[in-house]
Amino acid sequence: MEKQSVEQLQKVCTQLRRDVLRMVHAVQSGHPGAPLGCAEFFVALYFDQMTHNPDFQMDGKGEDLFFLSNGHLSAGWYSVLARSGYFPVEELVTFRKLNSRLQGHPATHEHLPGIRIASGSLGQGLSVALGVAQAKKLNNDDKLVYVLMGDGELQEGQVWEAAMYGAHYGVDNIIATVDYNGQQIDGPTEKVMDLKNLKAKWEAFGWEVIETKKGNDMQSVIEGLEKAKSLTGKGKPVLNLLYTEMGYGVDFMVGTHKWHGSPPNDEQLADALSQLPETLGDY
Amino acid sequence: MDLDLKYNYTEKKDTRSGFGDGFLEAGRKNPNVVGLCADLIGSLKMGAFQKEFPERFFQTGISEANMIGLSAGLTIGDKIPFAGTFANFATGRVYDQIRQSVAYSNKNVKICASHAGLTLGEDGATHQILEDLGMMKMLPHMTVINPCDYNQTKAATLAIAEYEGPVYLRFGRPSWPIFTPADQKFEIGKAWKMIDGTDVTIFATGHLVWEAVVAEAILRKEGISAEVINIHTIKPLDEEAILDSVAKTGCAVSAEEHQINGGLGDSVAQTLIRHNPAPLEYVGVNDSFGESGTPTELLEKYGLNAANIVAAAKKALARK
Repeated sequence: MEKQSVEQLQKVCTQLRRDVLRMVHAVQSGHPGAPLGCAEFFVALYFDQMTHNPDFQMDGKGEDLFFLSNGHLSAGWYSVLARSGYFPVEELVTFRKLNSRLQGHPATHEHLPGIRIASGSLGQGLSVALGVAQAKKLNNDDKLVYVLMGDGELQEGQVWEAAMYGAHYGVDNIIATVDYNGQQIDGPTEKVMDLKNLKAKWEAFGWEVIETKKGNDMQSVIEGLEKAKSLTGKGKPVLNLLYTEMGYGVDFMVGTHKWHGSPPNDEQLADALSQLPETLGDY
Repeated sequence: MDLDLKYNYTEKKDTRSGFGDGFLEAGRKNPNVVGLCADLIGSLKMGAFQKEFPERFFQTGISEANMIGLSAGLTIGDKIPFAGTFANFATGRVYDQIRQSVAYSNKNVKICASHAGLTLGEDGATHQILEDLGMMKMLPHMTVINPCDYNQTKAATLAIAEYEGPVYLRFGRPSWPIFTPADQKFEIGKAWKMIDGTDVTIFATGHLVWEAVVAEAILRKEGISAEVINIHTIKPLDEEAILDSVAKTGCAVSAEEHQINGGLGDSVAQTLIRHNPAPLEYVGVNDSFGESGTPTELLEKYGLNAANIVAAAKKALARK
């Protein structure tokens, strides 16, 4: 894929946000908030950072691979996969419908290109990604493994089992990103179950930690991922704390947990879409 | 009691050693075979593999959930992970991880579960899982195997390395008679008729296959002809073997070191009730937890030994 300018990438983000809102609205179910907040991250990975092949191979040998641990961001992932050529953009219309490859949460049994493991039940993706990274080392494959987790997801104990493992084995070909939006279904993370000092936690577990303070600014997200990449191969796993705003891009959705798992109605959709111009053509 | 056994043994060994030896051999045959263990390498007999292939072995520490996720990830790079821990921690503790990352995602992970059932012995009920076969057989895509002795466990371990798909392999701790041949071919999903009979069929799995062999000799002495079928693969179940045998004998006993609820017996019952309803008696643990004791004492107290199989066979016969 040709390198695109930040302005071009920003346009892809706008379209991704439109896709997410239209998909969730059409079936009146799904999770719009977090994928709106992670649009820059998804687009930076698939359109700028990763070496990857939309002619999908499950083993992903010789490619950078991405895993979505917080599977409820599926609408955003499906959009970026379709927009980068993994499957026809028109298929987004089947999201969450019967007989679709676009399951509510990502699944492999429908053989949707780009999906290598099911996710949805939280806390499992970091372990999986570490296993993939270990396999890459065994296969002398120097490409990287990326994984995205939610910040609320870090309340799952398995994440910290995996964190310990990654540092113990010096799995330095992985970049784990935390969507640090401070929100979860029942409210702000600090009220539901305070994560306290995440940077210190990951550092104490033996990870190299970088902070991307402006997670909804394309230039910053790219710079953060470049920095993370520069820290790989040095004996430590890398964690990218990505500060985002849930619901970013739509004025009445931003910064609240209320749109974590609620679809917009007709009027709200129209309002939201009016704030996000169609850039690449709707599906 | 002087019994004329159809199968005999000269040596006893634990089935976990059959796993360990099979695992090492599988590793020598295929460089993609890798191992993981959650701080029980000695108990699982995985040490020889680890020593020979240190770069292909991952000690995960006491973190079974992470171990299952790692295993699923390793398959994506074409590795064949054998993940070992006690059956209790390999199933109930990580059911959701197995369900999503292994079974639903249809990954080529081999879950290797030792110290299953009452014969774990003195450690007691916290470790004596009696629900694992049920949990695992309910999962779509999952193959469930429970071999009967050292030789069969070794053969099964080699067979699952060649098979593509998620597998639950169950074995145990105690020293147990080695009564099946070393050179046996292990066919996943194919029941093994070990003894021909005409009056009653005994479907047994795991350690209780030996008890079934002993029970057959006792029954024969009393003039009852029992057929013994070794169901080493609980899923996929060899329904044809079950139906063929019961068509001849007209009644059956199931024998397993597991809860009656959800175990092999329930699978046999489902098969019979759909195709050929016939009396079936269960030998298994009846809705209770185990306790500390020796394997022999426990099998006796919980009604799982040869004498219990004999009694169940007579009961089934009487219901014909």
